Amino acid sequence: MLFAVLSGFILAMFTPLLQPVAQNKTGWILAILPLSLTLYFASFVPAVSQGEVIYQEWQWLPGMDINLSFMLDGLSLLFALLISFIGVFIFIYAGSYLQGHKSTARFFVIMLAFMASMLGLVLSDNLISLFVFWELTSITSYLLIGFDHEDESARRSALQGLFVTVGGGLALMAGLIMLATVGGSYQLSEILTASDSVLESSLAVGMIICILLGTFTKSAQFPFHFWLPNAMAAPTPVSAYLHSATMVKAGIYLMARLNPAFTEHALWTVSLSLFGAITMFVGAYLAYSATDIKKVLAYSTVMALGTLTMLLGIGTEYALIAFTCFLLAHSLYKAALFMLAGAIDHEIGTKDLTLMGGLRSKMPRTAVITAIAALSLAGMPPLFGFIAKEAMFEAVIGNDSYQALILILALAAAMLVMAIAAVVAIKPFYGELRSTPKKPHEAPLAMLIGPAILAVLSLMFGLLPWVPQNSILSATVNAVSVTPASFSLALWHGFNLPLLLSVIALIGGILLFVFWQKTRPAIGHLTTQASRFGPEAGYFSMMNGITYIASWQTRLLQNGKLGNYMIVMILTTVILVGYTLLSQYGLNVYLNVEGIAFYEFFIVLLMLLATIYAISTRSRLGAVASMGVLGFTVALVFIHFSAPDLGITQVLVETLTVILLVLVLFKLPGFSRYSSRYEVIRDASVAVLMGVLMTLLTLAAIDVQFFETISGFFVESSYPLAKGRNIVNVILVDFRALDTLGEIFVLAIAALGVFSMLKLRAEEK
Amino acid sequence: MDDNKPKIMTFNTLILHTAALFLLPLQLIFSVFLLLRGHDEPGGGFIAGLVASGAFVLYLFAHGVASTREIMRVEPRDLLALGLLLGLAAMFPGMLNGEAFLTAQWWEFSLGDTQVKLSTVLIFDIGVYFAVLGTILTIVMSLTESEE
Repeated sequence: MLFAVLSGFILAMFTPLLQPVAQNKTGWILAILPLSLTLYFASFVPAVSQGEVIYQEWQWLPGMDINLSFMLDGLSLLFALLISFIGVFIFIYAGSYLQGHKSTARFFVIMLAFMASMLGLVLSDNLISLFVFWELTSITSYLLIGFDHEDESARRSALQGLFVTVGGGLALMAGLIMLATVGGSYQLSEILTASDSVLESSLAVGMIICILLGTFTKSAQFPFHFWLPNAMAAPTPVSAYLHSATMVKAGIYLMARLNPAFTEHALWTVSLSLFGAITMFVGAYLAYSATDIKKVLAYSTVMALGTLTMLLGIGTEYALIAFTCFLLAHSLYKAALFMLAGAIDHEIGTKDLTLMGGLRSKMPRTAVITAIAALSLAGMPPLFGFIAKEAMFEAVIGNDSYQALILILALAAAMLVMAIAAVVAIKPFYGELRSTPKKPHEAPLAMLIGPAILAVLSLMFGLLPWVPQNSILSATVNAVSVTPASFSLALWHGFNLPLLLSVIALIGGILLFVFWQKTRPAIGHLTTQASRFGPEAGYFSMMNGITYIASWQTRLLQNGKLGNYMIVMILTTVILVGYTLLSQYGLNVYLNVEGIAFYEFFIVLLMLLATIYAISTRSRLGAVASMGVLGFTVALVFIHFSAPDLGITQVLVETLTVILLVLVLFKLPGFSRYSSRYEVIRDASVAVLMGVLMTLLTLAAIDVQFFETISGFFVESSYPLAKGRNIVNVILVDFRALDTLGEIFVLAIAALGVFSMLKLRAEEK
Repeated sequence: MDDNKPKIMTFNTLILHTAALFLLPLQLIFSVFLLLRGHDEPGGGFIAGLVASGAFVLYLFAHGVASTREIMRVEPRDLLALGLLLGLAAMFPGMLNGEAFLTAQWWEFSLGDTQVKLSTVLIFDIGVYFAVLGTILTIVMSLTESEE
């Protein structure tokens, strides 16, 4: 499974090489990976449907209980299948949709990485690796939303998505760490069996709030729903993927995954069901109010996410069955509808529903597939969406808390969804043909094959509900719930309350559809009024506030005077270190001058003279040279105390420093006194303070030995363990290689910093 | 000599000019020597990298940036990237052997009378060498170019 997850990242590395060779066929070729992943995961279906759970583990940081461990049960298998199966069509579709785009390769690289992160997220059994993959999906989706990075609104939307989801991610991390601390393990499978200790702990409330902040932001729950519709700045294949099987479903996945642990907690159930219900209604309303076809679909995703959250919150056996059905149904029809919307946009050049009409004769295949997928969205028989919606009504009726409120919201949402399904399926294709920016014609095969297969699956699963049920859905329900459940899905349940509600929703939906055109102005007005006080306005004022504070503190602290920075840094060091030194050790100055040879005094004297000359001279070259003298005498000290490596390094660094100084010396203006008398005294006292501190520190370090030094270990084990006799080098490249690696990266960053600074200045000129 | 060239960056003394020409290969060989002996004797990637950059900087002083670029044939920034890449590459072989990340791996064999010790540590040290060389040359070259 590790390889299944990593394969996406590995293939992503080679995609830029593939693109020039494969050209327009890249999408088809890359689709082989998700296809083989689908087959790979499908091979687990027989075992998992028998209730088996498959674990695989690779050590990562065993010392910190962080491993790449994977768990495949019904829930993760369902998600993995959806991600890879829908991924197949997304890649094929994207290859055609982005034909001729100049950075198709970049798109596929991020897309593959995105798919792989998502797979890693749903398969992880370890909280930390889950969180790593979680953040990876945020980052890759940021890159995908901002794919057209030359477009400012795309950049802004991408940033918004990133801020909201990563901000939530921070809370999530806190929540997960609390969970691991209380549960006694970072392994999800172990935590879920210890749910009693989790619920009884005093951290339970904080933990739930933190985790929900993470999942609500990710899954676009009210009041964080605003980033999702903006995310459709991304190319359509991304939206289709993002909305159907990935990204936003990550939050849903995590809530479902943790549901067995928290389902007994009132805060969990109440907040899930209430926020879910509100999101469901708000999403449905906003979908009805929008006229941009992609926006309509985006808001209907918000509706679906709300429904899923609400069902988890209700938490009864029926609710969980409805949850899994709805999840599957939504992934299938939403991916199809988004790809179809993109195809329409691609072929006629507009996304505005009010400008579309009569395309049936021009795009007959698109019209048929859209109709099927939209029927599933509306929840009409015999599509799978109908089964899901019936189950949802059933679950809502069986709910005890807030039943009336949730039922009303659910019914209203169902009506609105019915209406928007009709709008999406009928508005573009019927009525009179309108003039559009592009001359309409049928979309190519690559753009229709995915929607067609997904729509047919919606139909097939509706007619033969026991196929998905026996293969995967039962196992999923069992993974989400505490008690084992058995159920059988069917299209026809007889005349009962859910069916009545469906009929009411249908009638209401038809009415809403009929008045869709007429209600535009009124609803548009209402939405503008509401959005002034909506959560998105809050987001923007928060962002402005952050920018304001940032620029204020930059003006205050980072004012560009190098001297000020030095003073702040040095004084901070002096105060903090000095305080600790004095309070822990006291002021013990004990100088032992015995055994110091004459030439050692001479070296020190030379150093002192060089320093005094450097600060008092008025010639810049003289100052540089005397600093050089200082450096070389330090090197002498190193060599004298038998540290040849340090000595050589010091000499070389000194040489290069002098060279660098000489290089910049020519650029500096003449040496004149800028400082006032006050400034000179201030700087001198700061310098003296630092010097005194360092002296005291060194003396203290010689005097007291808090711990046994580690150098003994290095001396002893340098040869036996690391096969090297030069201890300094062995420490650098073996014992402390990670530090060195960090340091060479710092070097690289510094070099690139200098390079870009000089380069940018050159360009400005 | 081209008259348009600014005088500050190329010191037109015959001695420096000629000396730099001969010192460059010598210093580079010396730097490789320091690099390879580093595990047992004073030396190592960091020092060797400094020596090598010193060699190029001396040449740069005598012959100017353009000529140095020509003789180097690679962008200093590419050397930097190469160094980081080698540093990273040395981290993974240990994992393939089922040991912890960054664990040193050794391959020892005899070549005639000499015992040859190859290791990921050596790869890492070469990475440090190139990273240091790349860093200094990137900085020095962009500084000199901004002069011109």
